[in-house]
Amino acid sequence: MSTELLQQIITMGAALMLLISFALLSQKRMLSLLHWFALQGIVLAAVTALVGYTSDNTELYVSAAITLLLKGMLLPWVLWKIIRQMHVHREVEPLVNMPVTMLIAAALVVFSYQVTLPIEHLSHLITRNTIAVAMANVLLGMLMMITRKKAITQVVGFLAIENSLFFAGVGATYGMPLVAELGVAFDVLIASVVFGLFFYQIRDTFESLDLNKMEK
Amino acid sequence: MTILLVNIAQILLMVLAAPMAAGIVKKMKARMQNRQGAGIFQPYRDLSKLFGKEMVLADHASWIFRAAPYIIFTSTVLAASVVPVIVVDSPFSWTADVIALAGFLAIGTFFTALAGMDIGTVFGGMGASREMTFAALAEPALLMSIFVLSVTAQSTNLSVMIHHILDAGILLKPSIAFALIAMLMVSIVENGRIPVDNPGTHLEVTMIHEAMLLEYSGRHLALIEWATQIKLVLFATLIFDLFFPWGISTAVATSALLIALGLWVFKLMLFFVLLVIMETALAKMRLFEVPQFLSTAFFLALLGMFMHYILEVGAQ
Repeated sequence: MSTELLQQIITMGAALMLLISFALLSQKRMLSLLHWFALQGIVLAAVTALVGYTSDNTELYVSAAITLLLKGMLLPWVLWKIIRQMHVHREVEPLVNMPVTMLIAAALVVFSYQVTLPIEHLSHLITRNTIAVAMANVLLGMLMMITRKKAITQVVGFLAIENSLFFAGVGATYGMPLVAELGVAFDVLIASVVFGLFFYQIRDTFESLDLNKMEK
Repeated sequence: MTILLVNIAQILLMVLAAPMAAGIVKKMKARMQNRQGAGIFQPYRDLSKLFGKEMVLADHASWIFRAAPYIIFTSTVLAASVVPVIVVDSPFSWTADVIALAGFLAIGTFFTALAGMDIGTVFGGMGASREMTFAALAEPALLMSIFVLSVTAQSTNLSVMIHHILDAGILLKPSIAFALIAMLMVSIVENGRIPVDNPGTHLEVTMIHEAMLLEYSGRHLALIEWATQIKLVLFATLIFDLFFPWGISTAVATSALLIALGLWVFKLMLFFVLLVIMETALAKMRLFEVPQFLSTAFFLALLGMFMHYILEVGAQ
């Protein structure tokens, strides 16, 4: 496979990541939100494997496999279990209405492009263009955490940020060392378990997962 | 001189073949639903019947109502004359760019809405208000998706854009993929096809486009229906020009022109098959979901624009 074609495929993957971030922001239902989140994990795994292929880095294949299993399958499934068990309202409740959120999101993309422009000039990797996209994805994940009422959607936002940081690592430096990768993956797994426990605690104490109720 | 003749021929081709295209879509749809369906030449018979029929005009109809069909038909044909069908660099394509093209289409939409309101019926006003709500959202999405291509080619002229795409060859560009999806979504809305509007129904709660035409009869109705048929072919051709121009003739030579014609018909058929499958498989969406559908199209086109600047310009 030629380098140019690989670059185009990785660029396509970056574009898909950004598209998925926008899709995550615009979803109205919990289930479709989780579908898109799972898709993000799968695309991330595919991009990681491709970058591993381009850079002859076998460690990235391991990262890709972990990503696929953990972020593409396990975490969405766990979150869906929690939603089912806790009888959470199946609709996402945004604080700001959708069109405004999307406009803010568009502004964030422009902002992150502007900010990462100098970094791109320093790098010589074929994946350097993806840094701006990864940065935008991180900001979009944060936006999602800020603008949602429910604890679960905020957790999805958090996990999306983690995905984007991973993507930034792969794009900027061809991935972190495998030890760090494994550590992060394990942390995320533990975090999701802790989040699950938190959900139960929040619901038991406040009888709702709506975080506004905690202020009263 | 010959290129001018070819240009005129391709405009006539688009205008005269449009009713047949509509007939083919109807026939395909009927077959897909296990019906026999009318022949593909039925729209010509309908049009000639309507042209021959007496017109019934409401007492309250003003000059706008009487002038609107001619304006709609002329603006659609003008828009069709700008779009290259089988030959690039046609003289007419240099007279107007894509922004003017969107303008021609907007004039048609505007006068359809005016005519709907002019007569003062409830349905006309309702249809006009719906059409305008969607048009206001569809126009930016249409222009934004075309602009993605314009920025790549650094021109808003269709012939220059086609040349640029032909020179660049087949590239896996996310910006163009996003623009294509946005463009397809907009063309569904602009042409009033399922899942946004149903061209085959006269059920008052659901119709958008048809609601404005309820008072028309005779040759007025014929002109508007013909314009609607041309618009469908026009949008399809525009999508081919912008995204799949391969095969279009760059020089006036008989063999190249024939190949271009054949490929155009082939692409058109493929487009119709997809359209028919979509129309058969999908249910009409709720009216209030259409603005969201259109804003999705707009954001896809906007993302395409971002992708162009972030991922593609930097790579060169």
